[in-house]
Amino acid sequence: MSGLSIFNAHPRLYWGEYGANFDRAWLKIDTTRDGQRGYLAVGSLRVETTGVLGLWEKDGRWTSRAFPHWMTLPSHYSLSEGRKYHFLGAWLLAIAGALYLVWSLVNRHVTRDLLPRRVELSPRHLWQDVKDHARLRFPRGEAAARYNVLQKLAYLLVLFVLLPVIVLTGLGMSPMMNAGWGWILDLFGGRQSARSVHFLAAFALVIFIVVHLLMVLLAGPVNEVRSMITGRFRLPPEKV
Amino acid sequence: MTLSRRRMIAGLGAGLTLGGCQKILETGPVDALATSLDGFTMEAQRLVVPRTALAREYTLAELSPVFRANGSRTADTPAYRRHLAENFANWRLTVTGLVNNPLSLPVSMLQQMPSRTQVTRHDCVEGWSAIGQWTGTPLKLILAMAGVASVARYIVFECADLFGDTPYYESIDLIEAYHPQTILAWQMNGEPLPERHGAPLRLRVERQLGYKHAKFVHGIVVTDDLGRFGAGKGGFWEDRAGYQWWAGI
Repeated sequence: MSGLSIFNAHPRLYWGEYGANFDRAWLKIDTTRDGQRGYLAVGSLRVETTGVLGLWEKDGRWTSRAFPHWMTLPSHYSLSEGRKYHFLGAWLLAIAGALYLVWSLVNRHVTRDLLPRRVELSPRHLWQDVKDHARLRFPRGEAAARYNVLQKLAYLLVLFVLLPVIVLTGLGMSPMMNAGWGWILDLFGGRQSARSVHFLAAFALVIFIVVHLLMVLLAGPVNEVRSMITGRFRLPPEKV
Repeated sequence: MTLSRRRMIAGLGAGLTLGGCQKILETGPVDALATSLDGFTMEAQRLVVPRTALAREYTLAELSPVFRANGSRTADTPAYRRHLAENFANWRLTVTGLVNNPLSLPVSMLQQMPSRTQVTRHDCVEGWSAIGQWTGTPLKLILAMAGVASVARYIVFECADLFGDTPYYESIDLIEAYHPQTILAWQMNGEPLPERHGAPLRLRVERQLGYKHAKFVHGIVVTDDLGRFGAGKGGFWEDRAGYQWWAGI
């Protein structure tokens, strides 16, 4: 959204400390030289993306820009507005995230509901859960009131890996923070690496959100959303 | 059938949300909040980063093979052409405003003062980075020569490059101005500063993004009020395109 607006200002990703137009990008979204096709290049792989990435149409006008208007915030190209919204979002995420984390540790939500139990981590149990998900077979009765193991692992990955990585790599792109907290640069292997990881982590979060929303829809949206907000959850009957 | 309908609803929802987001963000109070965060971010960064914390310095082996030149690659005026032809022998750096001794210094004099050489990373607001070596005169030495008044709050840099009729300018506060790595550079990668990188003098303010690093600098003005310069937001891109004055992130 606002991040994609910022990405559009320089739609190339690098590894290491530096990286600009003359350096090798591991990912790039661009328009062919004749201006006829948009493409995405990852390493030596190149996929044509005309219409979606690199070259797209809005109200009959074709535009050479990485991410299309309907994905970016704001929808017109503005690096400064994108940055303004991005930092608003960053502060909200940092403050809400910190409060949530502290509260979840204090009220034992993390240890009670999110940490998988030993039996859940057995390969057999994990495989069973994978199969159940693949067949869209959802737990019923009492079992539905608890998180299943894949769900727990996904939440833990988001809470303790992706979100902290997003925050750290975000700070790792700030020249002021680089002066104060140089260890972030060392942790990710340089500023351009931090930028790449920031993008990858954001991409992973988008996938999580899509799957999460899909699961809520499939598991019964009214019941699920009510339980998220109020804690009231109607157990699905044992047999359909 | 069910899935495609759901996907359609989800897509519709996303569209509405993003468009809706923009509507909400553009309302007065939310926009004011987002804009004021600029100062909040600065205070927060100042809280956790010591005043004199140094930007990382690299080795010559880590230099970017090609250092991208961005913004103005020249100050395309007859006067600048003449200075370029004269090798900047008659270029003057003036120091004016809230100072006890206004100055007008030739480049050669700056070059005779104690200098600092640093290999640092330049981060553009667009997202790219390049590593270069810079040699120049510490700004704090120039400010000490001029004697900065106690009411001073900002240092404004006036540049020779024009965007249309508008000259480029930038500003920093006194903490960044007195930072040991803040220099007026006249050498890059061991050579005289090239035209495309802002010859004869360009600011290096290493804890800030690229647009703060004013090129073609001919004037330093010490002030307590940025409202008197340009359109009042403290810099060319701040005025023109709403870039954040605090460029530490």
